[in-house]
Amino acid sequence: MSEHSVEKEQSMLLQKQMIAGHYQALARAPEEGRKTVYTFVPGNLTELLRSFDLLPVLPEINALQSGMRKLSAGYIAEAEKYGHSEDVCTYVKCDIGMLKKGNISPTGTQLPNPDLLLLSYTGCFTFMKWFELLRQEYDCPVAMLHVPYQADGKIHPHHRDYVVEQLRSEVIPMLEKISGRRYDEDRLRASLALSVYAEDDLVWVLESAKNTPSPIDAYFGGVYYIGPIFSAFRGTPEGVEYYRTLRQEIEARLRDGLGPITPEGSMGRERYRLVVEGPPNWTSFREFWKMFYDEGAVVVASSYTKVGGLYDRGFRHDPDRPLESLAEYCMGCYTNLGLPSRVELLESYIREYHADGFMINSVKSCNSFSAGQLLMLRQLEERTGIPGGFIESDLVDPRYFSSANIKNRIESYLQMLEQKRGTKVGA
Amino acid sequence: MKPELEQLVHRAQQLYEDLDLAAVRTWKQAAPGRKAIGYMPIYVPRELMHAAGILPVGILGGGDRLEIIRGDAYFQSYICHIPRSTVELALSGRLDVLDGMLFPSIGDVIRNLSGMWTMLFPGRYVRYVDVPQNFDPKVGGAYWRRELETLQGDLTRLAGRAIKDDDLRHSIAIYNQNRQAIRELYQARSWQPWVYPTSELYLFLRAGNVLPPEEHTELLRQYLKLAPLEEDRKEKDHSRVVLVGMFCEQPPLGLLLTLERAGCWIVDDDLLLGMRWLTGEVEVEGDPLANLVTAFLEQSTATASRYQPEGDRGRALVESVQHNVAEGVIFCAPSFCDPALLDQPMLIAALDRESIQHTQFKYSEDTGQFAVIREQAGTFSDSIRLWSEA
Repeated sequence: MSEHSVEKEQSMLLQKQMIAGHYQALARAPEEGRKTVYTFVPGNLTELLRSFDLLPVLPEINALQSGMRKLSAGYIAEAEKYGHSEDVCTYVKCDIGMLKKGNISPTGTQLPNPDLLLLSYTGCFTFMKWFELLRQEYDCPVAMLHVPYQADGKIHPHHRDYVVEQLRSEVIPMLEKISGRRYDEDRLRASLALSVYAEDDLVWVLESAKNTPSPIDAYFGGVYYIGPIFSAFRGTPEGVEYYRTLRQEIEARLRDGLGPITPEGSMGRERYRLVVEGPPNWTSFREFWKMFYDEGAVVVASSYTKVGGLYDRGFRHDPDRPLESLAEYCMGCYTNLGLPSRVELLESYIREYHADGFMINSVKSCNSFSAGQLLMLRQLEERTGIPGGFIESDLVDPRYFSSANIKNRIESYLQMLEQKRGTKVGA
Repeated sequence: MKPELEQLVHRAQQLYEDLDLAAVRTWKQAAPGRKAIGYMPIYVPRELMHAAGILPVGILGGGDRLEIIRGDAYFQSYICHIPRSTVELALSGRLDVLDGMLFPSIGDVIRNLSGMWTMLFPGRYVRYVDVPQNFDPKVGGAYWRRELETLQGDLTRLAGRAIKDDDLRHSIAIYNQNRQAIRELYQARSWQPWVYPTSELYLFLRAGNVLPPEEHTELLRQYLKLAPLEEDRKEKDHSRVVLVGMFCEQPPLGLLLTLERAGCWIVDDDLLLGMRWLTGEVEVEGDPLANLVTAFLEQSTATASRYQPEGDRGRALVESVQHNVAEGVIFCAPSFCDPALLDQPMLIAALDRESIQHTQFKYSEDTGQFAVIREQAGTFSDSIRLWSEA
């Protein structure tokens, strides 16, 4: 892996401080008497948890951070030693392995045991099994929030009612019990109002990639941009500040005609504009990214940055309809949408962002993303007339990242795009 | 085998091997305007289809009898086998007899397959059946009622006739009889697995995928009557085991035969669980939709795809072992089956707490080599017997 030092902008430093601060707050939680709730990124209810002064812990984030810090292989091996199949989600195994080895967070601080497992069952079957497994380990209560799948891409009123009723009858009473506080809707509204500021700025940042050259990479850079809003900081003043700072930085890059910032500084000439479907590989994240920017390939839109909400398609949390809006948020997350909706979204990205091509990174761990991607590839090729690329890796299991193979595929794909471009010019 | 039973088994075997759904075609041709709808594992309310005059048809992939030519092109190597053979069945025209498909909530692969179906076969009726994971009648029950009403509306349009309450009550009664016959068969096998070997029982169960329930119930009743008349079906020094993990992608028949030949009497299993999803009778009188909702909330079987608010994952398996006087459990899950494989560590922990022996292996619906499985199951069976005698 590259040992280049990373060029840090203010927003990066800010995010680093925020994340470190959150892990430190989690480490202090038991002695300070603060309660923690483990929950998932898609369909997370951060504002609601914060309104009870509860601290969220996101096991997916811990797993991906462990992957980036080269800790996941050991954790996965540990979980497999305890009988977890080699076939299943490596996020789950990474999390269980981390727990078995003392529950030390990726930043080296102690993670507290959960006081509650908030099972936001949104877009991923594995979530249910994951928290059932954790329930056995921690012997703590679980609040289940079943979010109906949007097979036809529409939010049906009775689906919203179902989620709202679960919030009222299951989730909120459980949060009241754990926290010892009464539900305070005004506090929730205030938090949701802050969410909107951050959401507006995030959308502006993501849509800045419509410019040529794009000032951002909406996949490799995008995963950093979504970090605060998809995790513990939506609805917080820190979250608002982060996105304001980030937007200002991107505005400056746009004014200066600069491309995305990469671990090796500003990217050179933008040669290819790509849309990417699927999560990234975390264990070789920088190496993976380098394969793109070395070739002048910029990702201008991605589906992964929508797993925690499709803000760019107009959704905003609504302080005037707090629970209804949380319900709609949960239902609208990317992996909770039927495949036809996912194809439509990607098609619109390819067109709106003037992409030269699109690529699917299919990860072994995640059937929610991966099952059906080969058909999505065909559908997108047929609808746009643009050939797609297909690579395979995994989330946090380094055994499934075949560097030479992936690099070869990316280069071959980009060469093909180049050739097609040349053919067009000559035609 | 006496001729009468031989004929019966032969018929069940023919239905099992018929990937072209000839029985469904025959049924549809018998009267004008008949419709059939396919459904994948695990639970769908078949009563609603039946009440609309529609034949519910269980679709379980192609097993080991289908060459996959196009299906593999749609799935990566790390996706289980059932979706690729199901797509193969459809692309080869074998499912053209169906007027729609239901994809129940069992895992992400089948869920995503519903969307694939929409794109692959535009114009055909497709519905993802998202069952509630909240079991409060006012919350999950209200949601499920609305889902059933929506499905009822769809089926009404498809069938071209309204589903009246009396129609639905009648269908509930028909399926109650079917479930009762299956329960009796399972109980009979538990008592005398040598009389109702699983490799045979399975064929009769599978027949329910393509036959109308009335006919299927009659078939089961005949089997229940004829099997005990076979004088050469004697008790053997086998171990009594429960099979777990086969609720979606089905094992090849050869695998079930192999387990029995390896010295295992299967006394309980989760094969074709959708047919046995409701563990008791559905109330017939009163509001039939409400009765279906209540039955789902209160009588659903414990399995990986259903959330258990109580959190005692594995209790039902331990109870099955105890109820069926089993001596061990074989975890037999399809490769890459998230629901079964993610469940396994919790079930194993429950068995370990009760000192119940277990072993595990994986299969694919087209597994063709059973030597290793036979060896492993044989060793497991031997170890149980040796341990029991010690």
